[in-house]
This record gives sequence, C-alpha cells and structure tokens, in this order.
Amino acid sequence: MISYYFSLAIRSLKRNIVLTILMIAAIGVGIGASMTTLTVFRAMGADPIPGKSARLFVPQIDNWGPNKDSGPAGSPHKLQNQLAYTDAVALMNAHAAARQSAMYASGLPLIPANPQLQPFQVRIRAAYTDFFPMFDVPFRYGAPWSAADDSAHADVAVISRELNDKLFAGADSVGKTVNLDNHAYRIVGVLQHWEPIPKFYDLIDEKFGKSAEVYLPFTRAIDARMDSWGSFNCKESPAGGWDGRLRSECIWIQFWVELPTSADAAQYRGFLQNYAAEQRRSGRFDWPPRTELRDVTQWLQFNEVVSDEFRILVLVSFSFLFVCLLNAMGLMLAKFMSRARDFGVRRALGANRRAIFAQCVIESGVIGFAGALLGLALTSLGLMGLRSLLSKSIAALTHLDAADISIVIALAVASTVIAGLYPTWRATRVQPAWHLKAQ
Amino acid sequence: MELRPILSAMRRNKVGAILIGVQIAVTLAILCNALFIMEQRLALSHRPSGMEESNLFAIDNEFVGEPADLPVRQQADMAALRALPGVIDAYDANEYPLTNSGWSEGVTVDPDQPSAVLCSLYFGDQHALATLGLKLISGRNFNASEITDRGPTDQVHAASAIVTRTLAEKLFPGVSAVGRSVYIEGSKHPTTIIGVVERLQMPWTQAGGWAEKYFYNSMIEPYHFVAPETWYLVRTQPGRLAAVMQAARKQLFAIDRARVIDKVEAVTDTRAEAYRDDRGLAVILAVVCASLLGVTGFGIVGLTSYWVSQRRRQIGIRRALGATRGAILRYFQTENLLIAAAGGVVGIGLAIAINLWMVTSFAMPRLQVGWAVAGALIVLLLGQLAVLWPALRAAALPPALATRGG
Repeated sequence: MISYYFSLAIRSLKRNIVLTILMIAAIGVGIGASMTTLTVFRAMGADPIPGKSARLFVPQIDNWGPNKDSGPAGSPHKLQNQLAYTDAVALMNAHAAARQSAMYASGLPLIPANPQLQPFQVRIRAAYTDFFPMFDVPFRYGAPWSAADDSAHADVAVISRELNDKLFAGADSVGKTVNLDNHAYRIVGVLQHWEPIPKFYDLIDEKFGKSAEVYLPFTRAIDARMDSWGSFNCKESPAGGWDGRLRSECIWIQFWVELPTSADAAQYRGFLQNYAAEQRRSGRFDWPPRTELRDVTQWLQFNEVVSDEFRILVLVSFSFLFVCLLNAMGLMLAKFMSRARDFGVRRALGANRRAIFAQCVIESGVIGFAGALLGLALTSLGLMGLRSLLSKSIAALTHLDAADISIVIALAVASTVIAGLYPTWRATRVQPAWHLKAQ
Repeated sequence: MELRPILSAMRRNKVGAILIGVQIAVTLAILCNALFIMEQRLALSHRPSGMEESNLFAIDNEFVGEPADLPVRQQADMAALRALPGVIDAYDANEYPLTNSGWSEGVTVDPDQPSAVLCSLYFGDQHALATLGLKLISGRNFNASEITDRGPTDQVHAASAIVTRTLAEKLFPGVSAVGRSVYIEGSKHPTTIIGVVERLQMPWTQAGGWAEKYFYNSMIEPYHFVAPETWYLVRTQPGRLAAVMQAARKQLFAIDRARVIDKVEAVTDTRAEAYRDDRGLAVILAVVCASLLGVTGFGIVGLTSYWVSQRRRQIGIRRALGATRGAILRYFQTENLLIAAAGGVVGIGLAIAINLWMVTSFAMPRLQVGWAVAGALIVLLLGQLAVLWPALRAAALPPALATRGG
C-alpha cells in the first residue's frame, strides 16, 4: 500500500509540475538558508572539549575594584576576563587545583636551520606542563615538558604537527632544536593536529583562531620578555619597563584549572575568595573580594562566543524558513484541493479517511524530501558564500558533517509534513457524493 | 469597485487569504529590519578614517635576533623606502587605523581631574601627516628636533602632540586647543598640543564595540617607535602602489635579510578586511531579502492561479453577465491589495516589535519609520506584480465557460 501511495505521490507531483517545482523550491530555499546559519551556529556553540568541559574552570579575580572602567576589552561592570601576572603566579604557587596553568599568547620569528630559508613568524603559547594533560592535547612524538622544566625556566618546546611537517618533513624531531629569535629551544614533544573550536582557552582576540605552533614554558617566556600578542589591558599605565608590567595590575594572562569533582570546585571557590580577602588585608585591594569560577560552557557564554550578528542571521533565516513553509502550505492546499475529485472517487470506491490521510502525508513527505535535497545543495552553496563573505576565522565553522546532513533532511521532511497537515486534513474532509455529483 | 463580493469570496476561502496575509506580514517584518541593519552596517564601513587611503600601504616588519641598534636600522629602512621611485613619503608607526589593534590612554586637562577622555595613541615623526594624508587644520606639524625614541614598555610622554579636532573639542570646548597643555594618564608632565588635524580614527572598527563612542579621539606623539616589530607606512604616487609594494619588499630584504615581513598590504585592503563581516552581513541579508521576496511572490502567483482555476466558472458567468476583462483583472488586483494591506499593517507592527526586542537584546538603534514605509510599499508592489499574471489569465477566460460547465 505504501509503495502504491509513493507511486501516486510521484504521479500527482508530475501532474502539476509548476506547482510542484514551486513547492520544492520554497522548501529547498528555506531549508538552505536556515541550515546554512544553523550549521555555523552549531559549530560556534559546540562543546570544544567534550567530556571535560564541566571539569575545567577559569578563575576570575577583581583586581581593579568597583567603578573603574575596564576599558578596551570589557564593560565597567563585567568581571575582568584575564589575570594580572601577580595573581597568576600566586595561583600557580598555591597549587590549589588538581591541574593548573597560567598561559598567554606570543609570537617570535623562527630562524630555520637552513640559512637559505627566510625567517618566519610563529604563534607561541606560553604555558605550564599541566596545559597538555588538562586539555587532553594529543601527542604524536614525545611528551610534555616536566614540572622540573617549568621551575628551571628551561629552554624546551613542544611544537605543532604542522610546524613539524614544515621544519622536519613530519619526522620525529624530539631532541632537535628550534631557533626562535636567535635562541635555541630543545623539542620535547610534537603534537597531533589540535585545534579546538571555539578556541575556548583563549577567547580574547580570535575566538575561532588557530592554535599555536610552538608551546614554551611560561616561566621561560617571561624570562625572555616575550610580549603578549593578546589583549594587554591596564587600569593605569605601568611604569618601569618589563618588570613594571609584571608588578602592575594590568591584566593579560589566561588561567585554567582542572577540578575533577564539584566538591573540588566548591573548595576552589572558597580558596579564591580567601585569596582576594587576603589581598584586601594586605592592602592591595581596598574593596570586598569579588571572584568567580566559570566552567567551559559558562566561559563561552561570558565571552559571547556567538556574536550578535550571527544570532540575528539565525533569527532571520528561521523566519525565512517559516515564510517558505507557509508558502508551501498554501501551495499544498491548492494542490490537494484541486484533486478533491480524485479523493472523492477514491472515497466512493471504499478508501477510508485514514487511507487518504496516509496518501497525502506521503505526498508531502516526498515534497519535503525533494526540498531537503535542494536544501542540502543550497546549504553547501550558502556555506561557500559565508566562507567568501565573512572573516577567515569563520571558515573553520562552515563544514557540513553527517549530523548536519541528517538535521537538514529531518527538518525538511518534518516541517513539510507539518505544513501539509492542514491541507491533508482538508483532503480527508472531502465529501465523496458531492464530487461525484459534479461529474 | 465593489468590495463586498471580494470580501465574501475571501470569507469562503479564509485559509488561503490568511496564508498569504501572514506571509506578507512576516516578509515585511524581516524586510524592514534587514534593510535597516544593512544600511547601518554599510554606513559603518564607509566612515572616513581621516587617512587618504588610496596609494597608501603598510609593511609589517620584524627584525630578527633583537639587534641592539634598532633605531639606526629602522631609520635606514625609512630612508631607503623614501628613496624608492614612486614613493612620496614614509614613516615608522606603532599602529595605524583599521587594524583593530592599538594603544589607548586617558587624557585630561587637569592632572588631578579623575575623569579622562579616552583616546588612541599614535606615534609618528614629521613624515607622519604627509604619509597618512592627514589634514592639518590649525597649529603646525612636528619638526625633526622634536622626535625622540620610545620603546614598547617605556612609560614616558612627549612634550608636544598633535590631536584630532574631535579630541581637541572634547578637551577644550569652544576654544582653540593649540598651545594648551594636557596630561596623558600616568604622566606628571604636561604635553602641549601643537597642531590639530581634521580627522583620524582609532584603530578599532567593530560595530557596537567599545571604541565606537571614542571613534575620532586620537593623538599623535612625536616618537620613533623602537621595537623589533613595527609598521612601515608608505605613500606612493597615484598608480604606482602595486609596483612600489613589490619594490619595497625587495629593497628591505636587500638591506638586511634578518627580518620577517609578515605582510605588505594596501590600506584599502586593510579597510576591506576590517569591515568584512559588516559587509558580509549586509550581502547575506540582501540575498535573504531577495529570496524572501521571490518566495513570497511566487507563492502568491501559485495560490492565485489556483483560485482562478477554481473560479473559472464564476468568472465565465460574470463575463457572460457583462463584466469586462478589466473588471475581472481589477477584482483579483483588489483582492490582493486588501490581503497585502492587512498583512502590511500586521507586518509593520511585527517589524516594530522585532526591532524593539533587538534594541534591548542586541543594542541596536530604533527602526526609523521610513524603513517600515519603504518595506510596506515594496510588499504591496510585490503583491500587485505577482497577482498580475494569474489575474490576466482570469481576465482572458471566455464568457462561454459559463454555459459549458465543469
């Protein structure tokens, strides 16, 4: 019976080809527009470190006090999104979490061993050894540097797979050195491709930016006075050169901790409040302690990873889908009603309302599926369009995965069938006698 | 035209009419807001920076190996760049507009006054104004003797500075700023304003970003920025930009290979990159609006055609009873106008509601009435255009249909 309905559906769609094309086009265009934005939206809001996002936290400390405009990176009432060097070092030394790492972005010229080759810039992340196990960073060769390397301010480095491919043609380079601005660093590890989206651990500048190419001990980067490539935000301009910067209340360091249980998190919250209270007692802060501990999901929200522009686009595209479905609904109504006589004949020959209903639902399902195929094509076209129109960092978010494709098909078929319910219901209400009489 | 038969026919075909009406309402609501956002974003991306952007390019230069004689190397580079054929002027900068990265400081007239005016801080020498193409409207340019070196972590401020007109008016409302002193945050020493330029924007461009309300607050201090990585800005003669950009890179490597030149970029490209997302959003919204109008229009065509085919017999009877072709045509046009007008009224209400919601949740400005009216006219026109073809077909039906039945 079902296959009979399918053949009926196909035949009916062929009969009024213009109406059919209009319906499929309406659904396809609506699905294409809404899925284009939804795909990017899903990627933006994706959990960058599944399974661990509830165990990783960012501590925030108010080291500026109330009523101070926090300037470039934030609004006056928002808690600062980075730490001052003083606080970062204090939290590292306290070792109050299972794992912790202060970190910041920098960059230096890398001088290739082959003097024929021109030096080039590399992105650097200065961090502690816990960075790697905390974020489940996968290693291809070697391992992270040791805690002893951290305390020794050692000249060691972990490099990205991409940089290893470029410098050593993908071979195991552990034990070799990289020359950063005339200073040699011994390679202890090579990563697999690692690029969390969004780049949750540093959302300040490029939320969907590329990962670093070289990872160095934080202590060593500070010794080498490597400039921050991220936001360097001050309440008062610091005097006294580099050391003045380290002593200042300028915020420029990201900090992450791993707290395996909620009890650990509660304990760490207490620790942070105590720390801030202590700073007040010692006279550094003259305001009540204000601290916060946010997990990955909360951190993504706090930093507004999904931009307003994109929210607007998603809203616009789904309203567009709504218009398309209304449209398809009107056309389906026209289509089913123009066949009222067929339905009347079928009813008179013994088909019950349920049979008519099944036939119409299948017909709208077929329209929905055809719309889905068109929608899928338009979605990939739309994503290509976004890639060429929006900034490069969005490009990483414009890939259709299997989940996206199934969403497209499910959304198209389901919404078309729903839009077709009213026309279907009208079709089942057809009075057989009335239409037979009209013959 | 008699409205009553149209209304009673619509009453018998409520759902179809409502479907078209709601479509028109939602289309209108999206259209008004989308047009409004597009206009805003495009206006944003056309804000003048104060620079003469054509024939200007920037080189991102970084010396390798922390050389001790940076100032000498930088000035050697600048001399070489200025000597290149086709170059009008060049200077060495800490930052430049449209890059979304730079320094800002608070400036006050009184060192004890707590509320400072935020401004961006550009460093430049006597070549800066000519290179950027800034218009000096009062006072004078820097002279060579005023220029000193300043490193990235030095915390000093110069004895003289050039400010923008906007900043001058904020600091010294109603009087000339030239010759007056200001204090840059953290400095105990006064800085004398020696010149005022018409306009120079901050480096930041983001829509609704923090810099928006300080957009033209800028100050230039007479410094050579001494750091491994700086920007070389170069102005070329008209039409020689591309050639000079190539020659400059080659020349710099000829002087010294121990450097990284990450980027040689025309400032017009910097602008395009800075406003890429704003323009992208405008283009996407334009595409969506066009598709929306297309879908709604074709929907009206489809549904009206169906109505025409349903009413073939009635149309035939009316024609047989003496109705002209024009009367039939006007019937469908009026019907569509009524539906579209009703949808339009609802749509304007919806558009305003959506806008008010966006005002609160996205910090968008209020929708201007003009956009709502423009949107309403567009959808009314669309409805009339879409209905034309089926209505003409209806009008072409012969009166003989009335007698034939079916």
